[in-house]
Amino acid sequence: MRVDLRLLLILLVVACLALLPVAALLAEEPYWMRFWSRIMILGLAAAGLNLILGFGGLVSFGHAMYVAIGAYTVGALRHHGVEGGLPDILVALGASAGVGLLIGAICLRTSGIFFIMITLAFAQMTYFFFVSLEQYGGDDGMRIASGTQLGPLHLDDTLTLYYSAFLLLCGVIFLTWRLVNARFGMVIRGARSNEQRMAALGIPVFRYRLTAYVISAMICALAGVLLANLTLYISPAYTHWTRSGELLIMVILGGLGTLFGPVIGAIVLLQLEDLLAHITQHWQLFLGPILILVVLFARGGLLGLLAPRQVSQRPAEEIDG
Amino acid sequence: MSTTLLLIQTLNGLQFGVMLFLMAAGLTLVFGIMNLVNLAHGSLYMMGAYFAAAATSWTGNPLLGIALAIPAALILGLLVELITLRTLYQRDHLDQVLCTFGLILFFNELARVLWGSAAIPMAIPESFTGFVTIIPGLIYPKWRLAIIVVGLLVALLLYVLITHTRLGMLIRAGASNRAMVGALGVNISLLFTLVFGLGAALAGLAGAMVAPLLSVEPGMGDPILILTFVVIVIGGIGSIRGAFIASLLVGLIDTVGRAFLPALLREAFQTQSANTVGAALASMLIYILMAAVLFFRPRGLFPPKGR
Repeated sequence: MRVDLRLLLILLVVACLALLPVAALLAEEPYWMRFWSRIMILGLAAAGLNLILGFGGLVSFGHAMYVAIGAYTVGALRHHGVEGGLPDILVALGASAGVGLLIGAICLRTSGIFFIMITLAFAQMTYFFFVSLEQYGGDDGMRIASGTQLGPLHLDDTLTLYYSAFLLLCGVIFLTWRLVNARFGMVIRGARSNEQRMAALGIPVFRYRLTAYVISAMICALAGVLLANLTLYISPAYTHWTRSGELLIMVILGGLGTLFGPVIGAIVLLQLEDLLAHITQHWQLFLGPILILVVLFARGGLLGLLAPRQVSQRPAEEIDG
Repeated sequence: MSTTLLLIQTLNGLQFGVMLFLMAAGLTLVFGIMNLVNLAHGSLYMMGAYFAAAATSWTGNPLLGIALAIPAALILGLLVELITLRTLYQRDHLDQVLCTFGLILFFNELARVLWGSAAIPMAIPESFTGFVTIIPGLIYPKWRLAIIVVGLLVALLLYVLITHTRLGMLIRAGASNRAMVGALGVNISLLFTLVFGLGAALAGLAGAMVAPLLSVEPGMGDPILILTFVVIVIGGIGSIRGAFIASLLVGLIDTVGRAFLPALLREAFQTQSANTVGAALASMLIYILMAAVLFFRPRGLFPPKGR
């Protein structure tokens, strides 16, 4: 009898996430909800990154930039007295799509290590751009007066934010699943395996990749909107290169090119940080080597460890894990 | 904006540039030959600075401290290569990025544990304190001038090493075709270790020499690491010549841009916001340069031949 451990784990995680607020309310620990909201928001950003990193094979070292764009949208709109929620989301999506289209078109001319470095360069540019925005607090960042309000939904409310993040995360994973198993996803995954062959088949790889890049940027911007609602604070640190590095780690940790990998990665990374921080002030001293060990020995990430053996290498089949 | 000021800023840019070159030379060799993205290169620089500061307070002599920091960084680099990086050569860049990112976290925290979070001051070697008159009316700090001279000397030495020695020949051969060099009976793994040690020693030297100018603190290697990557990407990965030219270019553009761009914009537009825009633009200049170079030449200015 074969039991798919991955499926069990995923079902367990989804059930726990759905029921966590109940436990938090019963235990009167609202902090749990905030902490897990943070995990799901970063998981959402990681899921966005996974679309191009895991399925497209494009290593972007600058995706924190789009999270920051989403967060700054909320901050800037509130700063200029625009209330209500719809503008937040529309402007964040529009801005990230525009920026993503422009930057993606430049970055995708390069490949390999050059792609890693040019995405990093653009994230650094954004960082210095936000530092220079003195009306939004410059280097120190700025408090946001109120969160996003969609009709009766106030996203700065802990419970509302939690379930918004949860539903959005489920939605994005569903979207990813539909996307990567559609023709579009076949092209993206095919181009990861062999770009020349895809081009020889007459497929304009660049356009497909750019579309995927823009979609992933927009998902990250949505995560940024939620993040701004969680912290009610914006700062250039959101686009610091270590943040982009953390997003990469989440995707790898969970399992590259798996649907739920980024979420698992976000849970494990943030829980690990929290756990180590409780034990010692110098938790990074231990987190670093743990990361190294995961990279060296757990190829395919944590979901890869649980995968049935023959499933680990099958680029062209259905993706279900 | 006087000529003297411009000259001084140019020298500052040159000093920054040669320091970047010390970093970039090692990084570009490691990348070019071993195909390894080493984010931990900045940590070696930081540890070089710490070693120099620690050895200085131990011996009481900054010059001796700096001299001791170089072999210490070399040994540390060899240890890092033997323990972790050796297994990464065959992996893809993503694994290398993550693993060396883990090393950065580790080393930054290690520095915090060993030497504390506060910045450690380090004295300039006694014989290099004060200023020197380069041309009448232009005085310049002796130590910065010394850094420029040492950096240029190292560049010359590297040039001789790469173009006129057997080791250099192997390094060049390794950069253009790794597998073939191995097939010809060269001990590739020894060559890798040697090159990595050389890069680590150069990074340590860079860190040790700028330690008296900057504050020695955890995380000091991170900003310089990003700049070094900008340099080697602009120069073309694997090319020492490209790294040299790009280092000076980035050093000069960054320093001179930061010094004069805000003032220039202010004069041109006569508004207060020109100042902040100028400052922002100045810190973005080199990244704009890098994006532009990659846009027109996706493999850098001087990509090595044969790959």
